[in-house]
Amino acid sequence: MAVMMMWEAIRRAHDEEMARDPLVIAMGEDIGVAGGTYKATQGLYDKYGPERVIDTPISENSFTGVGIGASFLGVRPIIEIMSVNFAWLALDQIVNTAAKVRYMSGGQLQAPVVIRSPGGTAHQLGAQHSARMEKVFMGIAGLRVVTPSNPRQAYGLLKSAVRCDDPVFINEHELMYNLKGEVPDEEYFHPLEGSEVAREGRDVTLFGYNISVHWCLQAAETLAREDGIQAEVVDLYALSPLDREGIRRSVAKTHRAVVVEEAEAPVGVGAEVMAVLNEECFFELDAPPVRVSAAMVPIPYNRRLEKAAIPNPQRVVEAVRRLLGR
Amino acid sequence: MNSADKKRVLREMLFARRFEERCYEAYVERKIGGFLHLYPGQEACVHGVMEAARPGHDYVITGYRDHIHAIKCGCDPKAVMAELFGKETGCSKGRGGSMHLFDVAHRFMGGYALVGGPFPLAVGMAKAIKMKGGDEIAICFLGDAANNQGTFHESLNMAALWKLPVLFVCENNLYGIGTRIDRSTAVVDQYKRVCGYGIPAAQEDGQDVEKVYAAARVAVEHVRGGNGPYFLELLTYRYRGHSMSDSNAYRPKEEERMWSRRDPIIILRDRLIEAGELTMDEYKRMDDEILHEIEHEIIPFAEQSPEPPVEELERYVLAENDPWVRGGAR
Repeated sequence: MAVMMMWEAIRRAHDEEMARDPLVIAMGEDIGVAGGTYKATQGLYDKYGPERVIDTPISENSFTGVGIGASFLGVRPIIEIMSVNFAWLALDQIVNTAAKVRYMSGGQLQAPVVIRSPGGTAHQLGAQHSARMEKVFMGIAGLRVVTPSNPRQAYGLLKSAVRCDDPVFINEHELMYNLKGEVPDEEYFHPLEGSEVAREGRDVTLFGYNISVHWCLQAAETLAREDGIQAEVVDLYALSPLDREGIRRSVAKTHRAVVVEEAEAPVGVGAEVMAVLNEECFFELDAPPVRVSAAMVPIPYNRRLEKAAIPNPQRVVEAVRRLLGR
Repeated sequence: MNSADKKRVLREMLFARRFEERCYEAYVERKIGGFLHLYPGQEACVHGVMEAARPGHDYVITGYRDHIHAIKCGCDPKAVMAELFGKETGCSKGRGGSMHLFDVAHRFMGGYALVGGPFPLAVGMAKAIKMKGGDEIAICFLGDAANNQGTFHESLNMAALWKLPVLFVCENNLYGIGTRIDRSTAVVDQYKRVCGYGIPAAQEDGQDVEKVYAAARVAVEHVRGGNGPYFLELLTYRYRGHSMSDSNAYRPKEEERMWSRRDPIIILRDRLIEAGELTMDEYKRMDDEILHEIEHEIIPFAEQSPEPPVEELERYVLAENDPWVRGGAR
């Protein structure tokens, strides 16, 4: 297994899929000549040319629509939306076309596009560059939503998403492109559904996804060291459909749950996981489940305020201690 | 078009008129639900353009006023009517409805309900055609009001930038829902709005199918010849309101009378009669045959077809048994 950074893993998945199938293309702002804001397509323009590595104008809704239209005829576009904040502009084509066309055509047409986009709070990017949109996409019928927490997942999820016949939204994170991790040397396809136990434990389950998996893992370390609490960490890399059975299985073992999300609480991943807990394993719970979420504010520019707005490992530790009465 | 072609097109346009009028009745009878946008008055547009193109070979996409576009591409009118009746035998298996007709086998790539939504989809299909090296073209039929969406400008820019084989047909019927074009649009001549993108554009009388055909031949040849996109504006008029929920009270009666004197079916019919290529008796016989087919074949098929099974409510949301969902065939 090679250790590589997240951007290298994503770039490798692009490269392998484009080498395999001439109908796989990449498109987005600055992804070609400039090599991509986060280097996810670095070098691919020189290798595959401007017809397949397409620098688009800054027209998010329409270039997303162009990718969807091309996918109707068998092309497999990997569309990069430079920041998930700009994906708001592309919601019409993603939601009204890609997610619905199979259904409203009675199964005749499909839109097998991959839309990759980084969200999240990075370094003082301000309110219009710090949004987390996974909660919006995960409520849309006909759209798959996945979100990698490490390079292995980032590589394998993109590989599977390109080949899957459904539209897949891949929620990445601005702060995670340089995160290092092991990626198999041979080809690897990560499932688009399910969840992974990132750390085994018996006292409480910490549910995380994308960056919050890392907050959960750090919190679990602290809890083990300082409190003797063995926390299980479940990585919800698939947000739609959500792994109801995986959620139930872990809580049936630990009987306590904390959901950690970078986004604001209302109508979010935490709300959905808590609904699943109610529906699937209410009587397994020894205590009411809790959420650790962002403050209900547009993300501020000021560094102190920005840090105060989003969760961190210490807040997860405190939530677990309260939950366990420590 | 030779004499036989003209007679065939006349028959098709008359069929389109009678089909839509029957849809109106079925809607009033509550056999058809939802929104219903009818085409009478605009028949020469799709027929003239598609006579110059290759129905079933070229990829066609449009908005919600889509019944006749689907039929002209080769979709069985029985499947269209069954779709409007919400039946499993409908061209979208009863899941789409009037605004979402599809017949992918005939390359009718759908009707879409968001105004301007199909622009980028057509550009994307043209991109795919160019990549795969075929001689097809993508044809996008939309109304004048769609040109006030951002997708119009964004899509024209990309189509021109990448020199893609896409023909934009603007059926300018003068109204966007209930607002007259000069009250919503600073430049009323739509073809003039295209020059900023370096795309050749033309304006033609959309009520005379032979003129539409001639203009569309130029357009189709340009696009199929690998010269990039083309924009064709057709001046036309819809006889009914925007949809069935539209009382049509906003239009001056004198304007409606003026346009009814320029009916596309009557123009072609009278021209053929004058040239001695058709008699009024033949025309009436044609009309009777059409009415008979609609009443005795199309409507009974739609009425007697089964509804989609409720057990299949969640079918077609996602691909069925896609191995990559589980990480491949392991």
